[in-house]
Amino acid sequence: MKRKLVTFSRIVTTGAVNFIRNAWLAIAAMAVMVVTLTIVLFSLLANATFAHTIEQITSKIDISVYLKDGVGETERTKLITDIKKLPNVKAVTFVSKEEVLKRYVQANAGNASLLSAVSQTDNPLPATIQIKPRDLNKLGDIKTYLSQKDVAALQSDQPSYSGDRKEAIDKITHATNILQRVGVVAVLVFAIISVLIIFNTIQMAIFNRRDELTIMRLLGASTWYIRGPFVVESILYGIISALVSVLLIHLAFIAAHSTLEATSLGLLDINYSAEYFREHFWMLLLLQLGVGILIGAASSTVATQRYLKFKTHK
Amino acid sequence: MILLDRVTKKYGRVATPALDRISLHVEPKEFVIVVGQSGAGKSTLLKLLTREERQTSGKIIIGGIDYDKLKDRDIPLLRRKIGVVFQDFKLLPNRTVFENVAFALEVVGMGNREIRHTVPKVLDIVNLKGKEKRMPLELSGGERQRVAIARAIVRQPKILIADEPTGNLDPKHAWDVINVLEKINRYGTTVLLTTHNQEIVNKLKRRVVTIEHGQIISDRAKAAYNL
Repeated sequence: MKRKLVTFSRIVTTGAVNFIRNAWLAIAAMAVMVVTLTIVLFSLLANATFAHTIEQITSKIDISVYLKDGVGETERTKLITDIKKLPNVKAVTFVSKEEVLKRYVQANAGNASLLSAVSQTDNPLPATIQIKPRDLNKLGDIKTYLSQKDVAALQSDQPSYSGDRKEAIDKITHATNILQRVGVVAVLVFAIISVLIIFNTIQMAIFNRRDELTIMRLLGASTWYIRGPFVVESILYGIISALVSVLLIHLAFIAAHSTLEATSLGLLDINYSAEYFREHFWMLLLLQLGVGILIGAASSTVATQRYLKFKTHK
Repeated sequence: MILLDRVTKKYGRVATPALDRISLHVEPKEFVIVVGQSGAGKSTLLKLLTREERQTSGKIIIGGIDYDKLKDRDIPLLRRKIGVVFQDFKLLPNRTVFENVAFALEVVGMGNREIRHTVPKVLDIVNLKGKEKRMPLELSGGERQRVAIARAIVRQPKILIADEPTGNLDPKHAWDVINVLEKINRYGTTVLLTTHNQEIVNKLKRRVVTIEHGQIISDRAKAAYNL
């Protein structure tokens, strides 16, 4: 047990010392890793932000059903209860004629001609049932229900589906999907490049010290005693790169906030991104560290593999 | 201690084997000299013993370990039991004499305090006291060879293999090295020495195994050089 501890501490020390000695190689490897991890982090934030934006927009969307003036309270209550039973309905609100008028007056406060068209005694605006759907892409069942003969008979007009907005939402969703895919591909490509470069870096380090490795092998050093320092070195690359990438994103938010005074970047709501980043800071940091350590450990383990093999052919 | 039974080693597709059905039995605490000209198969023999190479056929058993049954992950453990002195020393150039010897102990996980205690003793045996802090390049060939020996014996192996340890040395330094090997042998270590230094072989009067063209052509006790 004590020997294992001594060996472990030697492996870590050697790895750290090599890290400092190979400073230039280390910087090259870490530069690529920082780019990779920054892209990973950026994709995560963009993803969360788009999801939030879409959620915000869709929550404002509803279907308005306009009732004929003659519809009585019992009929109305029954209709509302029936609509609520539909599976894709999230919420139903009833807005009375008076309320609709009030909103209309508020919305058109500056427009005298529009206001003159309506008055308390002569209210042409219909009472409205507003339906919030769960899933915008599955309005079929609601539409079918509303167009049933007896239900249609209660309505003064065709229901409104916020058609324009739906189209806009579809576009955003589509764009987000593409961005997510591009993000995944970019992350993968950079992850592969960074693994290859770390590979190369370690192989160069090994090449410089191949005599030492041979001697270690001949003196009976175990595989992990030889490999360990290289793995420790690469894990250090990963840890430092993760910290740098988190710092970079943090600085980017500060810059966007103070210098540009921007609140959004195209579809990207920067304020929300920054907030999400702050709220999930520790989780994101841990995730970055995890990815960095994983890339480092995996590539160094594979890179050292062929220098550690024993001769097997006879 | 060392048992070879009809061991053959062929490299790649070369038709003539480097070693051809060699059989050798070395008792514990024996001192055996292997002689032979360059290319006779001495180095191959030693590489088989340290499991740097695998024999093409035949059996090798050292200290009770059958090499055919040896798993890769146990090779390091085997090598820790055998001390090897290489012809080209194989010292780490950027480490001091002390560190080079300590290295062999670090590899097996010995604690620093024990290392500080053990290394000076061994450096004393090979007459290198006071040169702990020198770098290998600051030493003479004989001194470097003795560092290599110190490193080979510091783990107190049962077997010491010395490959032409006097090959690059002048006669005086060569004898320094041989004296150290004899000392270690007296302490109970089996020594296998390869050399083509006629004077040393003749003066040592030990068992001499002669290899030629990959075969043992003579094996005699207290023998003289007869190539």
